[in-house]
Amino acid sequence: MAKIVGMLTTSHVPAIGGAIAKNLQQDAYWKPFFDGFLPVRKWLDEVKPDVAVVLYNDHGLNFFLDKMPTFSVGAAREYHNADEGWGIPTLAPTRGDIDLSWHLINNLVERDFDITTCQEMLVDHAFTIPLKLFWPQSPCPIPAVPVCINTVQFPLPSAKRCYALGEVVGDAIRNWDSDKKVVVIGTGGLSHQLDGERAGFINKDFDLKFMASMIDDPKWATQFSIHELVEKTGTQGVELVMWLAARAAVKGKVRKVHSNYHIPISNTASGLMALEALE
Amino acid sequence: MAARKFVELSAVRIPADATRRSTERKEITVTTAKLPPIPGTTPFDGEQAKKGYALNKMCFSFNSADCRAEFLRDEEAYMKKYSLNEDQAAGIRARDVLGLIRAGGNAYYLAKFAGILGLNMQDIGALQTGMTVEQFKAKLAAYA
Repeated sequence: MAKIVGMLTTSHVPAIGGAIAKNLQQDAYWKPFFDGFLPVRKWLDEVKPDVAVVLYNDHGLNFFLDKMPTFSVGAAREYHNADEGWGIPTLAPTRGDIDLSWHLINNLVERDFDITTCQEMLVDHAFTIPLKLFWPQSPCPIPAVPVCINTVQFPLPSAKRCYALGEVVGDAIRNWDSDKKVVVIGTGGLSHQLDGERAGFINKDFDLKFMASMIDDPKWATQFSIHELVEKTGTQGVELVMWLAARAAVKGKVRKVHSNYHIPISNTASGLMALEALE
Repeated sequence: MAARKFVELSAVRIPADATRRSTERKEITVTTAKLPPIPGTTPFDGEQAKKGYALNKMCFSFNSADCRAEFLRDEEAYMKKYSLNEDQAAGIRARDVLGLIRAGGNAYYLAKFAGILGLNMQDIGALQTGMTVEQFKAKLAAYA
């Protein structure tokens, strides 16, 4: 059976893509952010995952409001990035893992998640940038399966529901008839708000509490409604549901490999965690 | 949660399945909650999504370089093509981000419009909060 080696979570701000393209990793503004990834890459070199499952949210590249699935799973041989309209470079395609895709799809539907399946799926910065941060080489050296959660159009799935989705994803990986090592990635957050008079809102206290909860109290944030999360973390801070789903997939005890928290990257409080699965 | 006390609940009772035989009929309760507003924040809900569909559809088209070029060649014709209403068109003409949100614009699609104008997220933040870009950046840095 396949094994989950651990989880990675990171913010996925588009501007990071611009900074990578311009080689600004050592620039004073960007260095505290990029340096956080060095110990994580070292850990990845040691554990050598074979495949990644990436929980992320699309920002209007693959999905428009004409059809907006709450949860969707990629089932493609390859995932292409494309022009997102805000001037960041388009990254190389990422290989998929069809076998794992359909295994996840079958398990999710079996356990009452009525997901949308996507045999063609454009992946935006929320999928490509985290992979680029964890594996800077191009293309990404390991295949990945995208699992997309709607955070564009309310009503959004609750934190509790996203956690439950992650639990099923985790169980599915663990019962996948494969000898592969899987890393689960959750991208987004942490606190930030792009829109309205409240633009620029950040909540450091909440973010730090949330990051601590990832280690030994992973359900902590599921007590909050989406409305409460918007209030506490900003309109886009709700992307922390991807972190919750990734943590739920890992299940049980974890060891913190590394974490980093830095304000600001663009308008965002950026967070990074690498947790190794102990069970 | 302290906020909970502001929640108004209204319950509507509807038949669970009107096609079933009457003896099997059960009633379920659908609850709609009116949530307390968050100042300076407009959650992009069904109301906004309905109101803003044409505007967001136009902005979604800006994923394509050809569409961006077409818009820049003739903004009025492009807005007409997507049937923007007067509030939406006025917001586009004035580059009025808050007006566009009121007209149903979603942050992610509007960001593609901002991209055409060469504005980044700090520029957009400054526009919405009435600050200079430097003041807005200082506000962000002050959270560290």
